[in-house]
Amino acid sequence: MSVAVGARGWWGRWRAENQGLIEEWRRSLYRFRQSRLSVLGVAIIIFLLFVAFTGRYWVPYADDAGFTTHVEIRLQGPSRDNLFGTDEYGRDVFTRTVWATQISLIAGTVIVLVGGVIGIVLGGIAGYFGGAVNELIMRLTDIMLTMPGIFLALAITAALGPSILHAVVALSITWWPGYCRLVQAQVLSIREEDYVEAARCIGANRPRIIFNHILPNCLSAIMVKASMDFGFAVLSLAALGFIGVGAQPPVPEWGAMISKGREFLPYGWWYSTFPGIAMFLTVFGFNILGDGFRDVLDPRARR
Amino acid sequence: MGFRYYLLRRVLLIIPVLIGLSIVTFVISHMVPGDPIRLAAGPQATAEQIHKLEEEFGVDKPLPVQYLNYMRGLFKGDLGISMMNRHPVAMDLRRYFPATLELVLVSTVLGVVIGVPMAMAAAVFRDRWPDQVSRIVALSSISMPVFWLGMILQLILGMTWHLLPISGRFDPRVPFPPNVTGMLLVDSLVAADLHSFGIALKYIALPAFCQALLGIALITRLLRADILEVMERDFVIMARASGVPERVILFKYVLKNALIATVAMMGFLFGWQLSGSVMIETVFDWPGVGLYAVKSAMTLDFMPIMGITLLVGLLFTIVNLLVDISYGVIDPRIRYG
Repeated sequence: MSVAVGARGWWGRWRAENQGLIEEWRRSLYRFRQSRLSVLGVAIIIFLLFVAFTGRYWVPYADDAGFTTHVEIRLQGPSRDNLFGTDEYGRDVFTRTVWATQISLIAGTVIVLVGGVIGIVLGGIAGYFGGAVNELIMRLTDIMLTMPGIFLALAITAALGPSILHAVVALSITWWPGYCRLVQAQVLSIREEDYVEAARCIGANRPRIIFNHILPNCLSAIMVKASMDFGFAVLSLAALGFIGVGAQPPVPEWGAMISKGREFLPYGWWYSTFPGIAMFLTVFGFNILGDGFRDVLDPRARR
Repeated sequence: MGFRYYLLRRVLLIIPVLIGLSIVTFVISHMVPGDPIRLAAGPQATAEQIHKLEEEFGVDKPLPVQYLNYMRGLFKGDLGISMMNRHPVAMDLRRYFPATLELVLVSTVLGVVIGVPMAMAAAVFRDRWPDQVSRIVALSSISMPVFWLGMILQLILGMTWHLLPISGRFDPRVPFPPNVTGMLLVDSLVAADLHSFGIALKYIALPAFCQALLGIALITRLLRADILEVMERDFVIMARASGVPERVILFKYVLKNALIATVAMMGFLFGWQLSGSVMIETVFDWPGVGLYAVKSAMTLDFMPIMGITLLVGLLFTIVNLLVDISYGVIDPRIRYG
């Protein structure tokens, strides 16, 4: 495992300089691949990403993603023309289910990203500066954690008016307390590590200590939480859509489709069933990926 | 002395948390662009009628005054009046809450009863098929959109096979058992009415099962990891070396030590199940707090939203306090400070 310094331009140099890191990655990848379930998770997610970002070019009835009506074929069961059947306006459920993949994946990413960044910043500040700042931020976090998120999200979405954008906003601003708590605890312990002390001694300034020494070491814990959280974000968004305060017709969104299909359940099982399966697949994929991540990154769970 | 002081401090700490929670909810629910008064008054209301309604609910005053008025009422147990049905919120909550509590309790019990044996099987037969099965069951149930699963079960078990009722809490043709706790399972047992108990059990089966999935998944995964960790400790090796039977080691030595983290999680599980009740109660038309929350949110009814938030927050805090206290019961080495 030796690479000659300067052998192949910057790439070779980079590899030579970061041999330890590369070795560590390689080992993690190996451990990750050992678990068949995690590999299945990656396969599912790649498939979903493909569906989400190319779907609009190959779905059979792209118009059906919006508001169209074909009364003559309303509520038809699955057939060769309509793989997943049709809804109450005669729109193709397959097209709408595929279309909804992109919406859910993007919304889930936004929720975890916004919630994560707010939580990391607040938690980092609280953990690093301590004292009164810590007290203030952590008490606010406690209050937010006292409240099961969906009640607050429900109130916010209802207040702002039902729409998918508002549902994403509501979930994003109720998503951060978990990250804040996690990062604060991590920073508190990492702050006391010897290498941080050493950096402080040689005169590194605060941003450098926080961004170069402390945050990178919190990263694995954050990654595990984020990957486990993603599926949950997708579920919560669909839950709001199902209740009726999330996505509004004619936007194709899994939760809203399932909710609409509920009216036709006795004589149109396919209407709710297929979006539900798509959603299950998505959340399942991210959960087993998160599980695999945790096995690799979290030394406590490594067994 | 130490424990009593600890308990007193924890109980007193609930107060600022609840005040903070009430401020957060109050601000959020009053920053709305929508106009609940207009919604409550109906589309044909005149400006005069709207003004009268505004005065009645006190929403014409500035926000801080409204908040202080609300808090003043709170000390007298008055949670305000719903704009929609004109019921006092406290009365509605008293009516709906037992249904939710019953659902959450039954599903927690289900979660423990199914989750703990699954975790034990997974740990004992580690990396063999019981472990794989329990892992897949746990991961699938945590990934399942419960409202969807509920609908599918309604369709199959209720509509197609007619095994279980589809929705509601009790057979409308049968009189309710006399009200003691508001929880039908308990009430029918108190009245020694096994027929009603059976009916209530049938009605709660599907919603409680759907609600329990999350608990099953979390308990299985967490407890498995902890059992495996404890299995490697010195005292277990010592016991094994001394010839203590495996079964005794598992139940008496390992399980008791491994359960601590699971008990700690019960508080969070309770909170998650309260969240889940919003979905479950909507699907199964279960007349509880979750359904009440959805209806109030849809009509921008402030007072119920505030009341529900405070109730849920209070419950969650109390449950977490109980969890912290119960550590000491399981593990006498833990000291409170």
